[in-house]
Amino acid sequence: MEALGLLLYGFKVLMTWKILALMMVGLVLGIFVGVLPGLGGPNGVAILLPLTFTMDPTSAIVMLSCIYWGALFGGAITSILFNIPGEAWSVATTFDGYPMAQQGKAAEALTAAFTSSFIGSLVAVLLITFLAPGIASFALRFGPPEFFAVYFLTFCSFVGLGREEKHKTIISMTLGLLLAGVGMDTVSGQLRMTFGFNELLRGINFLVAVIGLFGISEILLTMEERLALRGHAAGISLRVVLKVWKEMPRYWMTLLRSAAIGCWLGITPGGAIAASFMSYNLAKRFSKDKESFGKGRIEGVFAPETAAHASGTSALLPMLALGIPGSGTAAILLGGLMVWGLNPGPLLFVEHKGFVWGLIASMYLGNVVGLILVLTTVPLFAAVLRVPFSAIAPMIVVSCAIGAFAIQNAMFDIWLMLVFGVVGYVFKKIGIPLAPFTLALVLGNRAEDSFRLSMIGAGGDMRVFWSNGLVGSITTLAVILLFWPLISSAIVAVRSVLRPGAKVRVE
Amino acid sequence: MVTSRVVDAVVSLLLLAFAALLAFDNWRTGMSWDSTGPQAGYFPFYLSIILGAACVYGLAKEFIARNQAGGVFVTQEQFGRVLQVFFPTLAFCLLTQWLGLYVASFLLVAGFMVYIGRIAIWKSLLTALLFVLAMFVTFDIAFDVIMPKGPLEALLGR
Repeated sequence: MEALGLLLYGFKVLMTWKILALMMVGLVLGIFVGVLPGLGGPNGVAILLPLTFTMDPTSAIVMLSCIYWGALFGGAITSILFNIPGEAWSVATTFDGYPMAQQGKAAEALTAAFTSSFIGSLVAVLLITFLAPGIASFALRFGPPEFFAVYFLTFCSFVGLGREEKHKTIISMTLGLLLAGVGMDTVSGQLRMTFGFNELLRGINFLVAVIGLFGISEILLTMEERLALRGHAAGISLRVVLKVWKEMPRYWMTLLRSAAIGCWLGITPGGAIAASFMSYNLAKRFSKDKESFGKGRIEGVFAPETAAHASGTSALLPMLALGIPGSGTAAILLGGLMVWGLNPGPLLFVEHKGFVWGLIASMYLGNVVGLILVLTTVPLFAAVLRVPFSAIAPMIVVSCAIGAFAIQNAMFDIWLMLVFGVVGYVFKKIGIPLAPFTLALVLGNRAEDSFRLSMIGAGGDMRVFWSNGLVGSITTLAVILLFWPLISSAIVAVRSVLRPGAKVRVE
Repeated sequence: MVTSRVVDAVVSLLLLAFAALLAFDNWRTGMSWDSTGPQAGYFPFYLSIILGAACVYGLAKEFIARNQAGGVFVTQEQFGRVLQVFFPTLAFCLLTQWLGLYVASFLLVAGFMVYIGRIAIWKSLLTALLFVLAMFVTFDIAFDVIMPKGPLEALLGR
């Protein structure tokens, strides 16, 4: 039980007044960010990242991850009370959460959402506690070829498994990889794609792009749709909380299944949205009373919220153990690690024990404190949404600009943010997914470095990616995933030739 | 009427041009293999080729489907509202360069609330002032994050 000892050590790292205070600040800010339309997990974290630049890494990551937990909790408030999903993965929560609010059961729905979020993330944190150290120590044996294979697998799984049109995913990803390459080449020191602009020497900062793509573009979209905010009032009393908690054990199967789905899909990149829908659909399929779903059934809140939080939390597992983020927000936290001077990857567990275990311990504590905080302060945060959007929109724009400028103290970055805002708006409207772009931008340089280091090591021989069982199977898996749509349709075609007339189900 | 299909095609064309530009630049940097593996332009060169190919594919797809009805990209009314927030943001970025971020923020928040939100002037001014002061205290004083400043801050000796 080495993990338990280390976890206790992590709690010891946390127990200073300063870190506990930062945790509360992070949670409150996070709930705000989650509640406000036009802000959500990834851009909230990106905008508030500059606040942490002068802190030590442990305080910084604790505060940022608490912003993340807060944003996850906050997203449920808007879904249930206002029928506006704060995040894509809260969409499934609105199916039953909003009808419940309409029936005057908003308090029950909110309690159910918060509690199941808590359970989902608790399961995922347990998974991280006991699995991450093992994966990290296994990954310590990785050399550049193995790392490249894992990056390659990440990219391929986006293309092969994503639900968007394939060529659009590829456009988004190659664009991200290309922009990541702008500036000084880290291996040879040559300049690339700068076209003589001095501002481009530093490269295109990942966080600036995220703030523009998610923050500014979201404001443009929200303005275009002109959200009419008509929400339901809510206050949660202790009686309601206890009532929901008493009901909860009856749904243990739904909770457990949703948590498992969430953890699994959270580790694979871009899975949180799929996780919440999938667990909602499964809960519906296994239910005896299918008709009541969508009309305000509490199980329909339990299932997607558990899965969304489980996947949101477990997305941090590959980030901590391998340096590969499982979600957009995890990618930004990874960007934060680099700003604070830490090198993400398996070595973190060896070189920065206090940091890693402090973070893991803060996941436990942050979720408990967050649960209590949201249960007691819901009316306050729901009132935020009654503030007119024309007051909130310019404030969000200013916060985005502050965030973009503070990263490198460059006015150029504010302009870059604006450009990315317009690009993000257009991309969202024509269905080019932004998640692969974000991931490619943050991993691009590391992927290229590991590829070129393996080439230098192997004297330019591509067979190095099949040189041993481990790297060979990862690379092969990646290639299979990349061509999965073709392979699966080929299988279907072969089957229909072999058994003419038989009905073949296509995924 | 601008349909999503037209915008899709235009974006593909723009990206194709961008890909060609980057491919050229990387070809100039060097995109072949030397004794130690790929040169600096190798990766980006082939990425721009893939990007270009994906754009051509998208263009062809839109061209084949050109006679089918497509969704409207944005209605005139919606576009008007988007510009209502885009132009103030643009003005804000410009003003930040000359007046500093805090003064520009004050003007943006107050102006937006008065002209677009049609909120009472005193409420707007008060909100903007409180917001800017809160930002200044948080970033400049509490967290030591320095923002672009202009003549007003210089006058006040910050």
